[in-house]
Amino acid sequence: MARHVVATVDEIARGTCKIVTVSGREIGVYNVHGEYYALINRCPHEGAALCLGPIMGRFESSRPGEYSLSHEGEMLRCPWHGWEFDIKTGQSWCHPDSVKARTYKVEVVAGETLAKGPFVAETVPVTIEQNYVVVEL
Amino acid sequence: MTIPAPGAIDCDIHPALPGTHVLVPYLDDYWRAHVKMRGLDRDNYNASAFPPNAPINARPDWRPPKGFPGSDLTTLQTQALDAFQTRYAICNVLHGSPAIFSEDLSAAFCRAINDWISKEWLDRDERLRASIVVPMHSPDLAAKEIERCAADPRFVQVLVWEMTELPLGRRLNWPMLRAAEQADLPIGVHAGSSYRHPPTNLGWPSYYLEDYVSWSTGFAGVLNSLISEGAFVEFPRLKIVLMESGVTWLPAWMWRANKTWRGVRAEVPWLDKSPADYAREHVRLTIQPFDTPPKTEQLLKIIEEIDCEDMLLFSTDYPHWHFDGTDALPDGLPERLLRKIQVENPLKTYTRLKP
Repeated sequence: MARHVVATVDEIARGTCKIVTVSGREIGVYNVHGEYYALINRCPHEGAALCLGPIMGRFESSRPGEYSLSHEGEMLRCPWHGWEFDIKTGQSWCHPDSVKARTYKVEVVAGETLAKGPFVAETVPVTIEQNYVVVEL
Repeated sequence: MTIPAPGAIDCDIHPALPGTHVLVPYLDDYWRAHVKMRGLDRDNYNASAFPPNAPINARPDWRPPKGFPGSDLTTLQTQALDAFQTRYAICNVLHGSPAIFSEDLSAAFCRAINDWISKEWLDRDERLRASIVVPMHSPDLAAKEIERCAADPRFVQVLVWEMTELPLGRRLNWPMLRAAEQADLPIGVHAGSSYRHPPTNLGWPSYYLEDYVSWSTGFAGVLNSLISEGAFVEFPRLKIVLMESGVTWLPAWMWRANKTWRGVRAEVPWLDKSPADYAREHVRLTIQPFDTPPKTEQLLKIIEEIDCEDMLLFSTDYPHWHFDGTDALPDGLPERLLRKIQVENPLKTYTRLKP
């Protein structure tokens, strides 16, 4: 397991995603309310590029005719068949226990720390003044 | 085919009114005078969905020399109860009354049918139970009739038809669903239409063949409506029994409903499980007709796909013609499932039946 520097924190604004390739794998790195999360860019259903799907909230209801929207910006809808996934956990809304998108551990690390290693900075040049998004896989 | 075991519970038989005139003594003064004045007692009000001379609507050996099949108690006792050694049989009267356009006349006739079946049938054979016939296009009046009849524990179900003015799950129908749930009565949805709309999705068919065969898609529509509208969320104890729906269409419906729900479920966010899981929990089906495939292994595959041993209920659909002799069960079903179908599932569905 290695830690990969994939972006500067400024590159991924709140509510957006950057798709990166790490060790040959496409990964979507999300900024959800200032926290960073990473998901494989492949829907566990039929293999669509999951991270191209729109970022949404959670549509819920306690009874017919009542509606609530919560967890704004924490859900992702697959562009092919509309399955909904929780960006933080990779769990699908319909089958949270059995259908999941793979997730990866993400952290924000200061350039100063990165300079000491060991990190793999494949595409992102590191300077000590910046903070970086680091994905582990 | 397999012969049912003694003591099976027959969840769908059809006593018939010999004619509307038998209801006259059961109408109140106002409606008796009204019906006499208009001569309505001379009209049979046969439900159009069940033309009496269609072969499917009476087995040849169950067709009496005169009168409507199922209209004579002694004959029904011999042919439907003694022949199958039935423990209980649930009477579903298929008459035009629930579909009459005047809601009040419909309600008056339905009250009369319920009092008639109670006095002329249930009082005379303790094996018989009945479904409450309701003015199904008038949910408030239907609810009142459910509340009135629920006092008699021999009424074990509410009867509506599959195709009516509105899909069953629509909120306008909720007073009826609520009354059924509160009385712990399943709603039995029987094959047939009040013909407010074409019985096929395409328009009016030309032949009975098209009409009858299309009904299984109507049943799928009933499930789509009840589930999507959230009827089982609003009424968590509500049970639905599909009668004469056929059975083998169900796995294909489950697959298609689940698949579509996964993609569009945000439209109906009150659903917290898949359509098939709602069906497994709330929906039961009588087994005549079963639409059995030709080979046992095909049948077992379908049972496996349904993936729930609680859903099927024994029925003969007497006097309708789906099988000959007493071979009322499909061949090849495992022994445990047969026992559940004939006794355990009916007792769990109709909690008013004493074991």
